[in-house]
Amino acid sequence: MEHIELFFKSVFVDNMVFAYFLGMCSYLAVSKKVSTAVGLGAAVIFVLAITVPLNWLLDQYLLQEGALTWLGEEYADYDLSFLSFIMFIATIATMVQLVEIIVEKFSPALYNSLGIFLPLIAVNCAILGGSLFMQSREIETLGLALNYGIASGIGWFLAIVAIAAIREKIRYSNVPAPLRGLGITFIITGLMAIGFMSFGGMLTGGEDEATEESREDTVGMVIETPALEKNTETDLSIENTQDSNK
Amino acid sequence: MGLLSKKDSKLIMDPLADNNPITIQVLGICSALAITAQLKPSIVMAISVMFVMGVGNVVISLMRNIIPSKIRIIVQLVVVATLVIIVDQVLKAFAYSLSKELSVFIGLIITNCIIMGRFEAFALGNGVWRSFLDGIGNALGYGVILIIVGFFRELLGSGTLFGFKVLGDPVEKTGLYAIGYENNGFMVLPPMALIVVGIIIWVQRSRNKDLIED
Repeated sequence: MEHIELFFKSVFVDNMVFAYFLGMCSYLAVSKKVSTAVGLGAAVIFVLAITVPLNWLLDQYLLQEGALTWLGEEYADYDLSFLSFIMFIATIATMVQLVEIIVEKFSPALYNSLGIFLPLIAVNCAILGGSLFMQSREIETLGLALNYGIASGIGWFLAIVAIAAIREKIRYSNVPAPLRGLGITFIITGLMAIGFMSFGGMLTGGEDEATEESREDTVGMVIETPALEKNTETDLSIENTQDSNK
Repeated sequence: MGLLSKKDSKLIMDPLADNNPITIQVLGICSALAITAQLKPSIVMAISVMFVMGVGNVVISLMRNIIPSKIRIIVQLVVVATLVIIVDQVLKAFAYSLSKELSVFIGLIITNCIIMGRFEAFALGNGVWRSFLDGIGNALGYGVILIIVGFFRELLGSGTLFGFKVLGDPVEKTGLYAIGYENNGFMVLPPMALIVVGIIIWVQRSRNKDLIED
């Protein structure tokens, strides 16, 4: 149950892109074609699934306060958590290099289409963000860390594939010239994020959201409602485009 | 700018408008959006990035001839990570509540694409002084967008600036609230950051037609 809850929470409620804007750089740069987006999304899932558990182990047995107890009593007081940034990023950079070598060996086509973006995974905020959130949320077991890594990867994958599908279709629409390209992508992402906010009540039975909404003033809610409706339409069209692309 | 030659001042001024890291180069969006619900964290973030970029560009530029090109990404990451640890520890020591508020996003400066992007594109091929200016210029361009977004989101979302109630008190109905103005709570939520940046891009590109994409 714990696993299922964490999984759905990471995919939908705490979606990397829509709730925390992590990995936006590659999200915007590589989302022009669905096929490339799928490749990059898959690479992100893979790298997250490896690095989050690895960094969990590092955090548990090296960095946390008292983590060095297994070395002996005299090490119990050390707190190396200030080193976590550098340790995490080193693990990630190494793993990305490894993935790059593996992909180049087994799928040259994918390697060519991802081009320069594979090394960029090392500086993809979603990867480091995954590890940092894992640390700050104090995820308890290795299994949960693995689950968290995969689920946030899937969330990121969904986001990039959806935006790529929309951008493929939007080429046929008459967007105002200054908004073309980057501008409209930002605004669509904003609308998609509003859509994903509606997942907020999924796991709490709506209790959380109810209290959150009561804190907001009425004007905010009036504006929110039409935006939400508009977005459900966009969501449907995403699914349609994805189906047609399969 | 008597101190700077024309070419050097271009390094600082360009990223502020026509070559802005966020709206034109599309770098460093990740952290730019998440922390702009209020003005204060936006400014702290802008200053932190400026420090990391200024110093980082200098360090990379000094080492540019001895870094083997195959492992340059790891070297760059180590340099950034060290600088970010310094920023993080300083914030924890002197502004603890703010550092809690920014939470993981200070750490995410490491993967801020502007920094790696400028290392790759500029500091690896240019001298120390020019790299320093380039770093400061790009950090300024980044900071400007952060501050604009933070300004509008805080003003329209909670009616405050730096926590001061500039539009009057919403509970006691003073100032603007007396004539029926209400805060737009929606501005505080994450999706509006994206839409505000989208609008900034729109405004910028309608003023400068050269920037329009096909």
